[in-house]
Amino acid sequence: MAADQGLAPTRSSSYLSTRPKARLALLLSVPLLWLVVMYLGSIVVMLVSAFWTVDSFTGAVVQTFTLDNIVRLFTDPLYGTVALRTILVAVGVTLIDVVIAVPMALFISKVASPRARVALLVAVTTPLWASYLVKAYAWRILLAPNGPLAFVTGGNTPGYGLPATVITLAYLWLPYMIIPVYAGFDRVSDSLVEASFDLGAGAWRTVRSITLPLVFPAIAAGSIFTFSLTLGDYIAVGIVGGKTQLLANLIYGQLVTANNQPFAAALSLIPLAAIILYLFAMRRTGALENV
Amino acid sequence: MKLPSALRITLYIWMGIGLAILYIPLLLIVLNSFNSSRTFGFPPTGFTIEWWQRAVSSSGALSALGTSVLAGVCAMLIALALGTMAAFAVQRYTFFGRTTISFLVVLPITLPGIVTGIALNATFVQVLGPFGVALGLATVIIGHATFCIVIVYNNVQARLRRMGTSLEEASSDLGANGWQSFWRVTFPGVRGALVAGAVLAFALSFDEIVVTTFTAGPAIQTLPLWIFSNLFRPNQAPVVNVVAAVLAVAAVVPVWLAQRFSGDSTTSRV
Repeated sequence: MAADQGLAPTRSSSYLSTRPKARLALLLSVPLLWLVVMYLGSIVVMLVSAFWTVDSFTGAVVQTFTLDNIVRLFTDPLYGTVALRTILVAVGVTLIDVVIAVPMALFISKVASPRARVALLVAVTTPLWASYLVKAYAWRILLAPNGPLAFVTGGNTPGYGLPATVITLAYLWLPYMIIPVYAGFDRVSDSLVEASFDLGAGAWRTVRSITLPLVFPAIAAGSIFTFSLTLGDYIAVGIVGGKTQLLANLIYGQLVTANNQPFAAALSLIPLAAIILYLFAMRRTGALENV
Repeated sequence: MKLPSALRITLYIWMGIGLAILYIPLLLIVLNSFNSSRTFGFPPTGFTIEWWQRAVSSSGALSALGTSVLAGVCAMLIALALGTMAAFAVQRYTFFGRTTISFLVVLPITLPGIVTGIALNATFVQVLGPFGVALGLATVIIGHATFCIVIVYNNVQARLRRMGTSLEEASSDLGANGWQSFWRVTFPGVRGALVAGAVLAFALSFDEIVVTTFTAGPAIQTLPLWIFSNLFRPNQAPVVNVVAAVLAVAAVVPVWLAQRFSGDSTTSRV
């Protein structure tokens, strides 16, 4: 327990072993300092800086309160369009991942033998650790005009653009959906499913009325990852999206190209608000206990 | 479990397709690194190891690899300390706000990477900049450590929960002091989880690009940043392809290590 008593074990250990509250304070202090001051503090700085502006001559950030950035977000139609597109992409990616992942998770949990189950779990998680960039790049190669997909289909590929972006993002986040849904299926007792079959329900009816309602929180938990990761992505879009722009591309452009940190922060409020709303919506399903 | 055979067969086929989808792009990357065509068209025109020989001597890729390893090790050590402390606090004590800790730890990977990146960038540049802080390797490490804490935390916390407290109590009953109980009973119990958490935290940091982009100074190039900046340069394509192939195959290393040391690689990242 006393993880922090390196050099003077006898004295500090007798002090700490009689005072659980002191031990707890010691254990919590550094992680809390890091996560609250460093991390939440940074989020607050971002929120505040969204109301700053940039001096148009020097390009320096001016730390005075102004609503200009927020007004610009709502008045320039570009930002609304891109925000809507990004959210639709995130929803589409999530739905594709649900459709692919649910049967896979069901198979791993209820059909595979215990030995095969471990192997399959390793097989579906390993691609997560293959470099993110490499996987996005793989789809760039797959979808290239002279690439494998064009070779197999005789040139009928989606090419680079919005569909390619959705496909690539769905591929990238698929394991994030499979694992929680597998865990969800694993918690569904076999006897419930068997009872449903014994009482005459067909496979589809059983899945719809028994299994899906029970694994829904797990699906919701997986969707938090697929949704949030999509909202924050500009790399995969840059690799396979052609000229497609998502929110994160605009944020990156404002910070790096336009050198307008306050407006980049203001734009970041959109994905932040979207994910917070999503988390609140998902909280009611019990998803957060499944993350 | 007994499922109707039609459903079973459908699930078998679906699983097969799913695994194919997961692995075909990775196989393609490996195949492509041996493609002798300079335009990397498909099907490959011939087999070559020339690109591999060139990659081994690519100084840009190698120095980026060194930066990534250094950042990964430092971020991993910080995450190991903070994640373990938080896990012990949550699993071995009851206190007000205990459930909030888990939420706080998960938050950096729940929020979109670009939000974390912009937030840290704003803090480092606008707030800490006047105090002499500049974007560099240290700021990258701080950013990486923040979202790596959750991996160590999840691993250690799950292990502590499974271990229960009875062994530690037995140790105290038999006369061990707090330090002896920790060193001889608790630590050997969580060692596997610590190793697994450390390996996976390193792997997560090694692969990260979004937060890195916003926290790295101009002189800092991690391997993902190097790949991204060379991805669209045709004359660098052969070397990029080889680096990509190595990284695609290297994915088995963290999974294998985590599996070996904790017996459970699946709860760790998701």
